[in-house]
Amino acid sequence: MSFITSVFKELVGLFVDDGNLALQVVALIAAVTVLVKGLAVPGIWGAALLLLGCLAILTLSLRRMLKR
Amino acid sequence: MNTTALISTVTASFLGSFVEVVEAFTIVLAVALTRSWRPALTGSAAALAVLVVLVLIFGPLFALIPIEVLQFVVGVLLILFGMRWLRKAILRASGYIALHDEAAAFAKETDALKRQAADKRADWLAGMAAFKAVLLEGVEVVFIVIAVGAAHGLTLYAGLGALAAVIVVLLIGVLVHKPLSQVPENALKFAVGLMLTAFGIFWTGEGLGAAWPGADLSLLGLLVILAVFAFAAVTVMTAARAKLGAAE
Repeated sequence: MSFITSVFKELVGLFVDDGNLALQVVALIAAVTVLVKGLAVPGIWGAALLLLGCLAILTLSLRRMLKR
Repeated sequence: MNTTALISTVTASFLGSFVEVVEAFTIVLAVALTRSWRPALTGSAAALAVLVVLVLIFGPLFALIPIEVLQFVVGVLLILFGMRWLRKAILRASGYIALHDEAAAFAKETDALKRQAADKRADWLAGMAAFKAVLLEGVEVVFIVIAVGAAHGLTLYAGLGALAAVIVVLLIGVLVHKPLSQVPENALKFAVGLMLTAFGIFWTGEGLGAAWPGADLSLLGLLVILAVFAFAAVTVMTAARAKLGAAE
């Protein structure tokens, strides 16, 4: 059982390392999806927002590391 | 067929798979040299069989998913996967976390296996270590192949890129017969992190219906923007670390 648990944990770890970063990325994508699909914002603006958001989230994650 | 998409897909698949196979090779070699080749090969073969079954079960399902949904889901997973790699690569390059070292990974695994040597299940445990390593790294390879290939109908070419990586690592491994610590793994991971994040943003954008300027060429643009950001981040983080070191 512990073997399966450790494999499962490592599989989750493939996508989630810094939990805050993962949560912020999911929230960003959800927000961009609402803007594009719900509020008819042009897809290319949504994509640009996604790029800028990813860079901002990465910056915040690195700043957290700097403060440690 | 679009040359930019083809080259970027095969390159990302080859480089991503290469670092994963190097990591799996280290563990399998540690098992082989500490115990014997039998548990190393049995564990590896069992893991490959599980991977083949997973691909045979889930592979055909991808054909049933509408392309926009597939691009979006794969894009989101790639952003999570790629940004994790990129963050780690920036932290490694600026000295905040230790560089990945295959020789150290080999020594750690060898040490663990030696401590289990007296156990009557030693061969079984060694086989499981090889199984787990090949399965986990293999899942990453399968994910990379599907993620960079499926959303553009280039899974076959992405698979060939991964296969080439497996062959190259095995050939080098057979020749040197020790952990491949000379491979510039940290630099490769940096490049792969940039590529996967660029692919993730590109696919998610496509899934949202974005008409990228220059179509697939936008991938290169995204890659350049991410690379400039990442190198600037490394410079700033390295300077901050040096400043902190001088103050202490």
